[in-house]
This record gives sequence, structure tokens and C-alpha cells, in this order.
Amino acid sequence: MPLVNIEQLVKHYPMGKTKFTALKGIDLSFKKGEFTGLIGPSGSGKTTLLNIIGALDTPSEGSVTVLDKKIEKLSHLEAAHLRCTHMGFIFQTYNLLPVYTVFENVEFPLLIMKMPEEQRKKMVLASLEWVGLMDKINSRPGQLSGGESQRVAVARAIVKQPDLVLADEPTANLDAANSYNILEMMVKLNRNLKTTFIFATHDEKVIGFLRRKIHLIDGRVAKDEPVSAGGK
Amino acid sequence: MIKFILKGLIRDRSRSLFPVLMVSAGAFLTVLLYSWITGAMGDIVNSTAQFNSGHVKITTRAYQELSDQIPNDLALLEVDNLLNHLRNNENKMLWTPRIRFGGLIDIPDINGETKTQGPVMGLGVDLFSKNSPEITILNLKNALVEGKLPQKKNEILISADFAKKLGVKIGEPATLLGSTMNGAMAMHNFTVSGTLCFGITAMDRGAIIADITDVGFALDMIDGASEIVGYTKNMVYFNTEMKELARNFNEKFSRKNDEFTPLMLTLGQQNGFEEYLQLADTFSFIIVAIFIFVMSLVLWNSGLMNGIRRYGEIGVRLAMGEPKGNLYRWMIFESIIIGLVGSLLGTLVGLAISYYMQYHGIDFGNIMQKSSMMISSVMRARVTKGSYIIGFFPGLIASVIGTCFAGIGIYRRQTAQLFKDLEI
Repeated sequence: MPLVNIEQLVKHYPMGKTKFTALKGIDLSFKKGEFTGLIGPSGSGKTTLLNIIGALDTPSEGSVTVLDKKIEKLSHLEAAHLRCTHMGFIFQTYNLLPVYTVFENVEFPLLIMKMPEEQRKKMVLASLEWVGLMDKINSRPGQLSGGESQRVAVARAIVKQPDLVLADEPTANLDAANSYNILEMMVKLNRNLKTTFIFATHDEKVIGFLRRKIHLIDGRVAKDEPVSAGGK
Repeated sequence: MIKFILKGLIRDRSRSLFPVLMVSAGAFLTVLLYSWITGAMGDIVNSTAQFNSGHVKITTRAYQELSDQIPNDLALLEVDNLLNHLRNNENKMLWTPRIRFGGLIDIPDINGETKTQGPVMGLGVDLFSKNSPEITILNLKNALVEGKLPQKKNEILISADFAKKLGVKIGEPATLLGSTMNGAMAMHNFTVSGTLCFGITAMDRGAIIADITDVGFALDMIDGASEIVGYTKNMVYFNTEMKELARNFNEKFSRKNDEFTPLMLTLGQQNGFEEYLQLADTFSFIIVAIFIFVMSLVLWNSGLMNGIRRYGEIGVRLAMGEPKGNLYRWMIFESIIIGLVGSLLGTLVGLAISYYMQYHGIDFGNIMQKSSMMISSVMRARVTKGSYIIGFFPGLIASVIGTCFAGIGIYRRQTAQLFKDLEI
């Protein structure tokens, strides 16, 4: 049973009086535990696809099923609930909340889930231990380096132990060493927690770590490499 | 979650301190302006009532028609009977007779020759009766600059500026030259017992106050008075009640075909004062409303900008699965906190300054030197019940509405579109 199943997905955006088609009949499926990348140049539709999988957007045509939920049929509240309980997001620009400490940033998704304080604390500490930031627990995002900030973002994405982590260009703002460290850590999380990772990227450093590469060109799947050969 | 939200609010100055300061400034200015206008309008009513119109005034019909000329030949007679009737039957009011007069005041030198002379406006009031309210109504103790209030017959109070101009000192004689009720020449010697500053330009320019019995004797008006004025015991003017009182009195005592019958008029009915009050009320309402509207726009915009500035944070929270409704409610909750704290601070500062201005005021005497209106030259603020709540209109309501509008964007846009706007 796939974690994500996509059938004949089409996505249009209005552009003045005409419409722009970002995705043109995508058929894909993702199994639990995959470490997959959507690869392609800017405008190829990878972020749009990631947004739809993440229930941040809806299909114009076709169907997307995530964890047995049809995205096109979800209300705002149901979509929010799906994201809240089953998904984690990692952004290119980290998007940490600047006035909160590292601990509080990581704690936030659990607060939305209305988890009891004791359990929250335990999970946040476990998550920060995973990403090796126990010594930065009370720091604010402004006091962290780019690599550390992205590690906090990863901790925030995995703290609730989601089934699916969606990462949009997670290494675009990092240097080579930090990118390598972050990717190593994600691979480790993927192996140990069996969390599914789907990346949208055109960064060669990320591509080298992927176990499945889906090439998107002009809104279509150009090549799907379900390989473990290239993965580390 | 509340703890988390409050933590963020307190730590982020641009989200808490600056909006609170802005709301405070708006609320403060609104409270001050409202209290100031209320005070200025109230001062006009009070001054007029105190020195001129009372809350109600009884004169003869004929006197009323020519009241600008102070026609004491048309004054009320048998005043004691009328006063007794009023005090017995309308005992919720304070009643007191007055003789209003004009003339010349002559200050003699040591040889009895005229040293200086000047036109004077005079008021004969009941200074010596045990229960007379006049000293309180005219605020004579506080207005006393030098000397003392009259203690014995033929002592007078004179406005301080006028005394200086005439060169008369405490204890020196002053002769009133005027006309009696019957049209004969009146000449009466008084002694200056004290000087006064009324704070009303028209009075400070040249007025004397003497006991009504002495004035009655001087002007041949024994048991007569130009007018009987009535005041509510709490000294607050109620237009409807006073009209009712006047209507009942006139039905009983006043006859249209007899110009010497008494006629009671309310403060509003004298000299078109009611129209003036309505006009003043309308103007003050318009000024305060415009000001509140402008402040509301400013604070609304501030709420709006504050909401828009946080679109980045909003996007992240939506991505993490926070429902839109939840987020919207928390934004409004924050704006309520900011609005409440800001309005409270602004109102407190506004009230403090308004209270200060209520006692000290600003003296406009220099620009009112030729004024003959019974308006206090010191404009004061007045703190009323409205002063306590008016600041919350722009402070709380407008900033919350601003946030509500900013937040609607979250609802209207598709989440992904919002993400694009947020540049996430």
C-alpha cells in the first residue's frame, strides 16, 4: 500500500485571462521509508507537486491520495489535521520563529497537536538530541549559524515523528560541509525512524544522497529512477 | 498555547511594545481631547449659571424683555414672600435673590475729593444670611485675592484688576453713583473689604459684589430684587427638569397681560442659550467623532500592518498544521491584548493629564480682554464617565478591526498561494 499515490494529476494556475499548467498528468506513488527527490529546473513543477502532496494546494484534475486521504476532497480543517499529525516541512530559508528559543521552535508543532507538557518535553529533547543541538536548547535562531538553523528546522519537522517529511530545497542556503551534515542526518533519520522523505531539489549534493530520483521537466515526469544504486 | 503566544508577544517588541505605544498615544489623545472639550463646554454653562442665569431665573416679564439694560425700575417686589414660597414648595433647589446694577464707582482721596472714577457692574447678593448659598455658588472664598469677605454692613468686594486700576486699597472708601429703583440719583458709601479674581474677563474688568441688603438700601429696593436665581443642589444643570419646573411656576404665577408678574426662565431659555448649547454639543460631537475616526484609521492601519508583517510566521504555522481559524483567533486575541493594554495605559495617562488640567487649566485671559461673555478665561478639562471609556473606541475596537481585516487574507487565499506571498 503506497503512502502517497498520484493519478493523472493536473494543476492549472490562472495567469491573467489564460491559465498556466504547472503539472500535466503526473502518475506516481511513494512507499513508506522512501528517500526520494523531485529533480528538475526552476518551473518544472516540483514545488507545486510537493505543495499538493503536503495538502497545501489542491489538484485541478486527477487524484492525490496521502495516507488514504484524498487531498482534493479535504476541507481546510482536514488538510490542516493531516499536516499536523502526519507531515513535517523543511524550507529553504529555515523559517524558524525568531522570538522563540530552539526548544520552543521545535515544541511548536506539538503544541498545535495539544500534546501534554511532559510528553512534549520528552519528544523535543529526543528530537534535538537526534540533530545534535542539545547545547543550543535556549538559543534564539538569530544566534545560530545557517547549518544549525536548518538542523533546528529538521528537528521541528521530525519531532512529532511524522510519516512524511517534505523538504523544499533544504540545502540551497547552506555551504557544502553543512549540506553534507544535514543530508547525513536525514539519511540516518530515514533509516532509523523509517520516515519518508521527499525532496524538491536541483542541488547535486542532495541528488547524490537520494535513493530514488524523479526527473520533472515542464510539468511531466521525464524519468523515474527507482534505484538504490545512487543512494548512500 | 496561551503561554506560548504571550511569550512571543512580550519578546517581540515590534509586535507588542510599539503597537502598545501607538495605541496608548491614540487613546491618550482621544481622552484628553474629549475631556478638554467637555470641560470647555461645561465651563461656559457653569460660568453663565454662576454669575448670570442660574439654572433658572425669575424676573418680572417686563424686566426680562429689557434685561440687557438692567432695568431695576421693573424689578421684582415682595421678594421675601416669593422666596418663602419657593423655598417651601421647591425645596430641591437652592433659591437666592440678586440685585444687578450698573453705575460709577468713585474713589475719594483723603480730602474727600475724587481721586479716580470708573464704570462698574455690580451684584448685590445675600452674603450675611446663615444659609445663603451665594458664597459657595460664586466661589468667593477661592476667588479672594486680598483682604476678607464682607463681615459687616456696607463692605464690598471689588475685582482685583479693577482695584489696581482705580488705585483703591483694602479698607479704603468707595462711593457708588447710580440710580434708584424709582429713577432718582443714588449715592452710597462703601468700604473695600477684599479684592477678587473671578477668572472671568467680563467680571474682572470692573465688578463689585456687596450684600443685597446694602445694595437694596442704596438703590431704594428694600424687599426688591432684580432677579431670584435657582440652582439644583448638586449644581448640575438638567435641561428637561428645569423646563418642567419653569413651566409649572409660570402656569401658577405668570400672566401674559401683566408685565409685572414673575416669569421663570431656564438657563437654556435665556439669551438663546439653548441653541448655543445644542450648537456647542453638535460641534464638540463632530470634533470628537472626527478625531476618533482619524485615530481609528491610524490604529486600524497599525493593526493591519502588524498582521501583514507576520505573514511569514503565519505561513510556517499553517504548514505545521495549525488550522486557519485557530491562527485567526490567536491573532485577534493578541490584538485584543495589545488594544486593551494600550487603551488602558493611554486612558490612564489621558485621565491623569485631564485631571491636572481640570484643576489648573490654561488661561486665555490675554486673548479675551474685550469679552463681555460670562465665560471663564481659564479653560479647564473635565473628567466625566465618558473620559474613562472613550479611549477604548480607537484603542481597542479599531486595532482589533484592523487585525481582523489583515487576517481575512489568510482565509481568502489558498494556502499554497499564501505560501507564495510569504516567499516561503
